[in-house]
Amino acid sequence: MSLVNSFSQGVITTTADQFLNWTRKSSVWWMLFGLACCAIELMQTQGPRADVDRFGAAPRASPRQSDLMVVAGTLTLKMALRTKVLYDQMPEPRYVIAMGACASCGGLFQLAYSVCDGVDKVIPVDVYVPGCPPRPEALTEGILKLQEKMMTETWLVRRPAVGAQA
Amino acid sequence: MDAVSIHSRLREKFADRIVSVEEAVKDPFTVVEASAIVDVCSFLRDEAELQFDVLCNQTGVDYKAAGYIEVVYHLYSYSHRHYVILKVRVPRDAAVLASVEGVWKAANWLEREIFDLLGVHFTGHSDLRRLLMPEDWVGYPLRKDFVEPAEYHGISTTRESLLR
Repeated sequence: MSLVNSFSQGVITTTADQFLNWTRKSSVWWMLFGLACCAIELMQTQGPRADVDRFGAAPRASPRQSDLMVVAGTLTLKMALRTKVLYDQMPEPRYVIAMGACASCGGLFQLAYSVCDGVDKVIPVDVYVPGCPPRPEALTEGILKLQEKMMTETWLVRRPAVGAQA
Repeated sequence: MDAVSIHSRLREKFADRIVSVEEAVKDPFTVVEASAIVDVCSFLRDEAELQFDVLCNQTGVDYKAAGYIEVVYHLYSYSHRHYVILKVRVPRDAAVLASVEGVWKAANWLEREIFDLLGVHFTGHSDLRRLLMPEDWVGYPLRKDFVEPAEYHGISTTRESLLR
């Protein structure tokens, strides 16, 4: 006998993983991390027109309380080291969106002597959002894609430590 | 005052410390001896009929073949609404020049940028640190013979680009 929808109204049944994932995806707090012009679109994404608050995503001014880092803009080599430090300060589970061409691959400035071409050279990236800069709708789609990824996580399965041999 | 008369004022005041004057180009400029730059700038700022109170821009150019780095000063006077361009040449292998931060405070960051990218050391500067590049960066990126290091703190600087 399946427990799914077997009770009358007021009770839902689900798996522990699914419940944990649902709570996490419904309150994605992203760190304020604007590096260049993409940050303007990032602000608009939070603004009343695009309003990612509908999906539970809210800005947070501290890496210690953030779930998501939206790297919005050109990453210079000078900033790359600081980005690594900020990423390390975020509590797990943590996610990264590379917003725009610059954060994804260096974009227009990738041949410059001071530019790190892609934030994935420093920290792992979950979702790449193309565009120069991406519109708020594109970043919203990126956050929705990230929520899809969050829903596939399995927290109760013991996994090997990162970097350990399988 | 137009460029010609400003240049002649500089010539009569500083004589042979003014190296040359170029007036047949779109933006006339004066080449000043490196040791005289602070004196010339103070004179331009304080003289009643010159009053160059703004350092609009200060930048540098690397002339590798000729063996010198040229530091360029763009000055403007709000009270007289005239402008002048000064140039100073310093050798590439001993690029040392007196700072004009004491004349215009605006020179602080501009000289830090020239130091950062071209490696001109400004004596008398209050805080000569790199401005744009990381503090532990080696080399001066805008010098013509700059060779980019292969990596920076483990971050590879090799770019997979379609343009190459």
